[in-house]
Amino acid sequence: MKKNPLRNSRNFAVWFWALTVLLLLSASPADAHIIHGEPVSFRSGFLHPLSGWDHIIAMVAVGIWGAQLGAPAIWVLPVTFPMIMSFGGFLGLIRVPLPGGEHFVEFGIALSGVLLGAMVLFEARPKLWVAAFTVGLFGLCHGYAHGYELPDGESGLYYSCGFVLATGLLHLAGITIGLIHRWSLGRVALRVCGAAILMGGLYFLYQAFQPEPEEPAAKSAALAPARMSSYETFS
Amino acid sequence: MRLSRKYWTAAAAFAAALAWPARADAHLVTTGLGPVYDGIGHWATTPEDIIPVVALAILAGLRGAQTGRRLMFIVPVTWLFGGLVGMLIATPPELSRPVLSGIISATFLAPGLLALSDLPVPSVAVAVLAAIVGVVHGFLDAGGLRSEGATTTVGILQFVGMTLELFVLMTLLAAFVLSLRQPWTRVAARVAGSWIAAAGLLLLGWSLRGVG
Repeated sequence: MKKNPLRNSRNFAVWFWALTVLLLLSASPADAHIIHGEPVSFRSGFLHPLSGWDHIIAMVAVGIWGAQLGAPAIWVLPVTFPMIMSFGGFLGLIRVPLPGGEHFVEFGIALSGVLLGAMVLFEARPKLWVAAFTVGLFGLCHGYAHGYELPDGESGLYYSCGFVLATGLLHLAGITIGLIHRWSLGRVALRVCGAAILMGGLYFLYQAFQPEPEEPAAKSAALAPARMSSYETFS
Repeated sequence: MRLSRKYWTAAAAFAAALAWPARADAHLVTTGLGPVYDGIGHWATTPEDIIPVVALAILAGLRGAQTGRRLMFIVPVTWLFGGLVGMLIATPPELSRPVLSGIISATFLAPGLLALSDLPVPSVAVAVLAAIVGVVHGFLDAGGLRSEGATTTVGILQFVGMTLELFVLMTLLAAFVLSLRQPWTRVAARVAGSWIAAAGLLLLGWSLRGVG
């Protein structure tokens, strides 16, 4: 009797994956929603959390710290941060004023790198609620800043999906890095990572205290007549 | 080591796939296979419809087999019901984008938060939530189809396609989540729920700002 090629689970796996990849590869770019610009919105939402190192190091640090602390913090912290960050984004979007205003948010963002880096460096082990509260507070600052500066004219749905996905993936990257905690050399490497994050945070904190640079718009407005006159000369 | 024939077959399948051109003109979907398949194509390229269903499937899987079995049927049937009401009885109103975003955000938030919290919500309550999500989305989809100029017959056939697809997606996803035994895999499902809820919260912000 002929043997069924799908009986063996390994054979089945080979066929399953071959078929899956075949179907995936057979798909081509869809001309979906041609006018509304949703793909652009998803991309800009996805890229927004990746647009500043102050955000990136904080989010990765949350993942690493969670991995250092182990269960349940390994998932409580990375869930807390995006949820509270989204809440902060929500407040920023609807322009709810925070106590301390812009300075509170800027200071919170800058301080997040310092404190989270220090937590990783010293492998701090506070109570879970303290860790979650700390992470949540920083998430609120990051989210508020993101929400406040979200551009109009984007598709809210696609932008939000891209934004949350990128944030979550940054945490996952942190957790993945943090998994080396099980080895003694890995623990040392994580502390070095914490030190690097701390240094980065200090740099951003220093930047936060610097006076505001001259407005680029004002600068360009001041230069505009000169440019225009030279253009007029050439034309 | 000699590779077996099966691996060569798989490699050949890869090569064939790479050389297989295709083009999808999604939305204003014309699959060329009729309105049922157009409905399937339309639904499969609409994240605002897919994401709440994913959240409900995660919730159903986390709540257990009984809830999963209920939602397998409740979500497609109520979606179809909402669609039929929109196509046959009451014409859905033209909603502005922020209002639409507000409604959609609620259907992200409720199942997403319940999945995240993993609270022991009664199966009946989950079923009621699923029915509300199904009816609302079906009704809104009917409005979308009408605004695209779909006739009643075409619209109903598209809803048949959507319903079939919904049933398959709900069944597969809920069964997958239900089969998760390792604690970390269940946590991963809850994290997915939290991401959906977080996206819903942001979407609500867009909606209240009036630019959703």
